[in-house]
Amino acid sequence: MSLDTYPRVCDWLTVKGDRIVIHTGKVDIGQRISTALMRIVQEELALPSSCIELAPVRTGEAPDEGITSGSNSIEQSGRAVACAAATLRRHVIARATAEHGGDPPDWSLDDGYVQRDNTNLRIALTDLARDLPDDLTVDVTLDRYVPSIAPAPDMRGISEMVQGRYTFLHDLDLPGMWHARRVSPPHVKATLHDIDASAVERINAKGLHVFRSGSFLAVAGPREWEVVKAATSLGLACTWDTGGGLPETDVFAQLTPENAKRFPVVNGTPQNAPVPDPDPNPDISSRFERPYQMHGALAPSAALAEWTSDRLIIKSHSQGIYPLREAIADSLGLALEQVEITHVPGSGCYGHNGADDAAFESALVAMAHPGTPILLKWSREDEHAWEPYAPAMAVQVDARLTDGRITALSAEAYSDTHRGRPRPGPNRAGPAKLLANRFRSEAMAPYVAPPNMGNHAGMHRNLDPIYDIPEARLVKNLVQGLPHCTSAMRCLGAVANIFALESTMDEAAHSASVDPITFRRAHLTDPRAIAVLDELERRLRPLSEGMGRGIAYAQYKNAMTRVGLAVDLTVTDAAEVKLARVTLVADAGRVIDPDGLKAQLEGGVMQAASWALYEQVTWDRDGITSRDWDSYPVIRFDNVPRFDITLLNDPGHPSVGAGEASPGPTVAAIANAICHATGLRLRRMPFTPDALTRAALLS
Amino acid sequence: MGARHPVSLSLTINGTRHDIASDPDTPLVYVLRDELKLKGTKLGCGLEQCGACAIIVDGKVVLSCVTPVEVFDGKAITTIEGIAETETGQRVQRAFIEKTAAQCGYCTSGLVVAATALLETVPAPDRETVKAALAPHLCRCGSHPRVLEAIEKASAT
Repeated sequence: MSLDTYPRVCDWLTVKGDRIVIHTGKVDIGQRISTALMRIVQEELALPSSCIELAPVRTGEAPDEGITSGSNSIEQSGRAVACAAATLRRHVIARATAEHGGDPPDWSLDDGYVQRDNTNLRIALTDLARDLPDDLTVDVTLDRYVPSIAPAPDMRGISEMVQGRYTFLHDLDLPGMWHARRVSPPHVKATLHDIDASAVERINAKGLHVFRSGSFLAVAGPREWEVVKAATSLGLACTWDTGGGLPETDVFAQLTPENAKRFPVVNGTPQNAPVPDPDPNPDISSRFERPYQMHGALAPSAALAEWTSDRLIIKSHSQGIYPLREAIADSLGLALEQVEITHVPGSGCYGHNGADDAAFESALVAMAHPGTPILLKWSREDEHAWEPYAPAMAVQVDARLTDGRITALSAEAYSDTHRGRPRPGPNRAGPAKLLANRFRSEAMAPYVAPPNMGNHAGMHRNLDPIYDIPEARLVKNLVQGLPHCTSAMRCLGAVANIFALESTMDEAAHSASVDPITFRRAHLTDPRAIAVLDELERRLRPLSEGMGRGIAYAQYKNAMTRVGLAVDLTVTDAAEVKLARVTLVADAGRVIDPDGLKAQLEGGVMQAASWALYEQVTWDRDGITSRDWDSYPVIRFDNVPRFDITLLNDPGHPSVGAGEASPGPTVAAIANAICHATGLRLRRMPFTPDALTRAALLS
Repeated sequence: MGARHPVSLSLTINGTRHDIASDPDTPLVYVLRDELKLKGTKLGCGLEQCGACAIIVDGKVVLSCVTPVEVFDGKAITTIEGIAETETGQRVQRAFIEKTAAQCGYCTSGLVVAATALLETVPAPDRETVKAALAPHLCRCGSHPRVLEAIEKASAT
């Protein structure tokens, strides 16, 4: 955890002029962690927002908090900053007392000042915090300060965003900078056979440079459009050995016990133990499937790198600058200190997209052009075809019903790895996970991830039902070597697992002839879960004629934010699903930024609705065929429901992360609502008009 | 490569005339961003599929990532940087801030431009009209409900 490694107040908070500077290793990817951290410090220290700033998230300076992922930022960085601020609060009051008399209770904090109550003695907080002892350690036992009126700062950056003045990595423009684009192989199995030399000569004649290492190829030059055109013409001048092409396999047919490394999962953690036999006669037995899906960031990945002949200075929108630094330094034979990475925002990423790979590729081109900053951007096609996807998954659920209750449940998850980020590890795992290393002259073999045995990690996240079920049999089935490179995407396995479990709950409620909220409540003892469902029930409006309603409940990782929601929808004559209304109740403990929390929950619903209804990666022998927004459709403004979100805000419970709490139950609620509207139980995402029509024909 | 020689073009952008020499095939977005340093217009796909590069030409929303710059010769263009020059544009910007209608913000320029163009022609659109006007625009963070609310707010006041 963050505080174990960085126990000092000055690791998290420092003073610069008349401002308090927050230091964090977590990066803002649109989830508003920076707004939340500022708000925490504002509350604890009663500071105006103009007196707070965030330090750049840069290797060598920021605390190393690993990866910004797993909805962990509030519990890690947020808790560390909150405890550091509480300690600083006590420190400045103690100092005021020592220097100006009175007892600590005589002093309070107000609008950037430490003041002695009922006197006109006011000292700027930053003056008392300035000479902070280096060894002042964070006291984690101090109570959090709860102001009577919580500050409500605007979301950081929003004003610049609406004016087009917010700087994304893609907008950086340094003196002497060159642009670069890569020339992508047709697919991951291909190797570069030959390039028509005359095409390279024509490009060189324009003052542009071609960079080649093995099968990794890129073009660089001073003007972006010239580079884009040159990359296109160079691609046409290449011949590739196709290495047999991509396997045209039915990935779901490969997600079987015979192909898997199998582990029983107990209380969310996989065990190295024999897998118990399944129930031979379940009352309900269903298999649920999710295809490969992509992060599909709105901006293709980009990075800026400069090689100073001694140091490699990189700007990246990676979620993990420290692990990426290790992987890049190792790949290039540099000392860690020679590589510096600073986070600069890209577009929303929702997990491990092309950011890290683009960073390494910009470095490769920059090393060939000392002194010239290189801004390398992937094309739309590069991002669609080459980002690491969320793996295809299957979840087999079997349940036994006795007297209207689920008395035994088995859930088996199947997928390839969700863990492809370039973290260091045995056998040079960091470099092996950088895409360009598979194509460079000294090519590395594809990385094969070992089973992730962490609690609620990878594919077994939320495989454990949150309900009280006397007998549970849970199995993780890792199937390695499937066709596509895969890695972490928002929620990991929780999407497919909650889709499967909550669809099964719905089916079981139906067969028990009990309404879905009552049925779930009957399987819960956690009072906070019951409170969420009670409130959901109160918020529901009567359902309009012709609509279907689906309910789902989940607690992310069975330990973080609780979400209960209802989706109301219609199915048109053309078998299109039209979302009408989402009623959602969440308990994320003490709420720091209510508007930001709602935004995350809403955004999670919209992204999950897109996964549920539209998204699937397709491919054939010649490569990925999902290469743009036409061949990989996503949700658009024509299918936006009305939202009614309620936060159960209990300051007595610790704040927990919520960025990944709503997607899993959303997919399930949509499937359940389609079943309610049409009688069709859909078990494979996405629920397209074709899928509904096929299901209707089979029923 | 097939590059043509640069030609002289005149673009009026946010009320200011720019005489430029450019390869006439260059999509407008590259001229805006790289020649004129107006970085507010975003490049998302280069395929006219995502709306990040929306601008206003003669009152209509145009995606700038494919159409060559020569097509815009002599035309009056409004980019996100010039949106606040109209009262409608200011209202849209205020409403986006008030409703926090953005997450990562990459789609925001295009959406503010499209919303302003819509409200200039249809001052009080119903929700379906707004949805139709935003159909060419993608948002991957899921800020859609807030964007619709912001436009409703901007149109109601």
